[in-house]
Amino acid sequence: MPAKMESAESFLGAYADFERAANTQPAWAKQLRQAAREHALALGIPTTRHEEWRYTNVSSLAKRAHALAPAANADAALITGHTWPALNGIVLTVLDGHFAPALSSAAALPSGVTACGLAEAIVKEHPAVQAHLGRLARSSEAPFVALNTAFLRDGVFLHVPQGVAVDAPIHLLFVNTGGSDTVRHARSLLVFEAGSRATVLEHYTGTGAAPSLTNAVTETFVGPGAVVDHTKLQQESAAAWHIASSEALLGEKCDYAAHSISLGGLLTRNDVNAKLDAEHVECTVNGFYVTEGDQHIDNHTLVDHAKPNGHSYEVYKGVLDERSVAVFNGKIFVREGAQKTDAKQDNKHLLLSRDAEVQTKPQLEIFADDVKCTHGAVVGQLDPNAVFYLRARGIGQTSARRMLTFAFAEEVLGEIEHAGVRERVAELVRARMAQAPSLRAS
Amino acid sequence: MTTDTKQLETLAKSEYKWGFVSDLEADAAPPGLNEEIVRFISLKKNEPQWLLDWRLKAYRKWTTMEAPAWPNVHYPPIDYQASVYYSAPKPKKKLGSLDELDPEIKSTFDKLGISLDEQKMLAGVAVDAVIDSVSVATTFKTKLKELGIIFCSFSEAVKEHPDLVRKYLGSVVPYSDNYFATLNSAVFSDGSFCYIPEGVRCPMELSTYFRINAANTGQFERTLIVAEKGSYVSYLEGCTAPMRDENQLHAAVVELVAMEDAQIKYSTVQNWYPGDAEGRGGIYNFVTKRGKCAGARSKISWTQVETGSAITWKYPSVVLQGDYSVGEFYSVALTSKRQQADTGTKMIHIGKNTKSTIVSKGISAGRGQNSYRGLVKIAKSAENARNFSQCDSMLIGQQCGAHTFPYIEVANPTATVEHEASTSKVGEDQIFYCNQRGIDTENAVSMIVNGFCKEIFNELPMEFAVEAQKLLGISLEGSVG
Repeated sequence: MPAKMESAESFLGAYADFERAANTQPAWAKQLRQAAREHALALGIPTTRHEEWRYTNVSSLAKRAHALAPAANADAALITGHTWPALNGIVLTVLDGHFAPALSSAAALPSGVTACGLAEAIVKEHPAVQAHLGRLARSSEAPFVALNTAFLRDGVFLHVPQGVAVDAPIHLLFVNTGGSDTVRHARSLLVFEAGSRATVLEHYTGTGAAPSLTNAVTETFVGPGAVVDHTKLQQESAAAWHIASSEALLGEKCDYAAHSISLGGLLTRNDVNAKLDAEHVECTVNGFYVTEGDQHIDNHTLVDHAKPNGHSYEVYKGVLDERSVAVFNGKIFVREGAQKTDAKQDNKHLLLSRDAEVQTKPQLEIFADDVKCTHGAVVGQLDPNAVFYLRARGIGQTSARRMLTFAFAEEVLGEIEHAGVRERVAELVRARMAQAPSLRAS
Repeated sequence: MTTDTKQLETLAKSEYKWGFVSDLEADAAPPGLNEEIVRFISLKKNEPQWLLDWRLKAYRKWTTMEAPAWPNVHYPPIDYQASVYYSAPKPKKKLGSLDELDPEIKSTFDKLGISLDEQKMLAGVAVDAVIDSVSVATTFKTKLKELGIIFCSFSEAVKEHPDLVRKYLGSVVPYSDNYFATLNSAVFSDGSFCYIPEGVRCPMELSTYFRINAANTGQFERTLIVAEKGSYVSYLEGCTAPMRDENQLHAAVVELVAMEDAQIKYSTVQNWYPGDAEGRGGIYNFVTKRGKCAGARSKISWTQVETGSAITWKYPSVVLQGDYSVGEFYSVALTSKRQQADTGTKMIHIGKNTKSTIVSKGISAGRGQNSYRGLVKIAKSAENARNFSQCDSMLIGQQCGAHTFPYIEVANPTATVEHEASTSKVGEDQIFYCNQRGIDTENAVSMIVNGFCKEIFNELPMEFAVEAQKLLGISLEGSVG
């Protein structure tokens, strides 16, 4: 029996106007949107009576109308400090859900690679777009994915053809300019053909003190033998809500790693789903988050072993300060026939304050007998013996606590493949942790 | 298909060894459920007004509730109006000793291999035998009486110790707790009551032998155990049921209360009819079990071996209220054929320095589906709480499933909570190793599985541990490779 839902009218009220503005889209895209709108109507906004949203209350979203964020002026100041020139990378900037060519540069890409705004790719009918768009997003089950798809117009499209290796990291920069009670439905479609190789940094930033919502959906297709390292870094403003869903479909013998690093936002909900749809897949699904104040972060992951001989590794770790709350729901699914699966999952939380709370639910569902699956979950505080050990060696209380907390992050951050991305992310994470009230120098 | 899996399949097809129906004259209520039936049950049992009121309150609440849909089990909707809610074997006269027992009932126990007199003499176990909801015979009462221990049927307790029953009934599992517990509160027929006075260590294992008998009778047991300050009791509950074609609903409630420094050890071996290979028949076992560590340094320990029932839905829980109190849960759940089990525990840490341990072993064979579902909750007040959970699953065959749904909620940073889970299978190399040494496959599997469950069996009282090992062997017969 479906749990009671709130109406999604606060979002769908904007649909009619949007529909008129989007009439340049081809028919298949319109159909996709309209079907998603039906689902969004039926699914509504979930309440905590809904198992998937048990610990994260988003029902207040139904109470206030959410206008679609208009396209902001492509002001270079908006992205200053957020691009990382040292990486010599490729930047694709999306302002409030609208691709901003003026703030993007794809010149350094090898020939054959397509990196552009999604709206452009849809209108130009790039063959990979129609073949892939909306195929992974679960509009029929996930209310916010349905909303995103109903308002699908722009975002990022990336296509790496067969056998092409892109050495420089591809930086997808999503900026939330923070208009009060606005929503931006950011959409990314990433297609990596057989034998290709790439590093992607999906980066969300924001400004403004008003409550605003980013509702992001990313679909990633990893072809046979492709190697993809996909980092998502979330640095939204302290008032922003961030709901993101990332779906990956993994082909034979590919190697896919997803790293989800969350540092900002008032309320964050990440769904990361990876489907091992062929044999001999190597898959890593990692996450790290730092929270303080009244921040609430909810990470839901699903690693779906559909075929035999798949290996998956998952580590999610969180550092919680003040009154913040972390929710983790990690599901490993081993389908009938997916023999010789080896799946590992670990979830660890470090509580720095008396008032922080953790709800964790590591979950295994196994329908095959010749498999190795383990999961573990630990919630605790810094080991006083370890702190004492450092202090006995002349290291101050704050430094000792910081040192141990940084070390806690290392297991996740160290897995990011590209050295430039890894170091920059680690730097940001460390800077963020050093600001946590319990780790601040007194 | 390997020889192992073939062997497994032949084993899985073996029949339920303990299926038989004993022909007792039942004094039953008409089928159906309404306020009149609740009144009928209460009247039949000569209950005081307060208890009838309590039942009616529960019944009215129940009519407003919906059956839970969240467990990972599937079954057709139950027609609550088709069941009989009260049936008791007609006592010919009041019994003075075991010898006067209905020979039918006696032979039922004999077939189960638990002859009352034998137990009485050899094992030193006091048995409160429950057949179809009404206690038939109670032994060793005199001996327990000397120590001030009360161990009797629930209805007797209502008559003779109404104050105690009234004080504790519903204090751990309130009448409004959940769908099945509320149903039980409205129509419970009988059960056991046990009271251990301050400072007394119960000298023997107390045990009840449950039997579901007359066809179409839902069984609604109610067990209440109260251990006063500094007392100790070990309680055994074991069950086998005869073969049936129709599903039978069993919705029991068990409440435990442990005061300061008291200890309660509650062990269960459950082997009700699991249904045939196609999943027809079998018992629906929807049970609410909960203990409250009310006093400081109290301890409650649940041990269960679940091999029977078509569907098992139970979560023996501990509310750790007293400081330094301890909760334990040790479980073996085996599902084969088309059995489904959704079982686990809840440990609610409220007091300071409370500790809990969870060890759960799930074995799935045939087309069985086994789920572990557990909650570890550390309240803000639970300073220095400690939990360790381990759930291991073993899969035998390619059509079964093993699932874990652990919920961990922590609201105090001084808490340390650990959860581990693993899944494995009975390896062909392990079986080969045993075969080489002259152990046939069936025994090899039984041996490996028993080794997997050793940790749990060690927690069972001796007599039970032996029975449990045999049970596991029988349940796996024809099932393994």
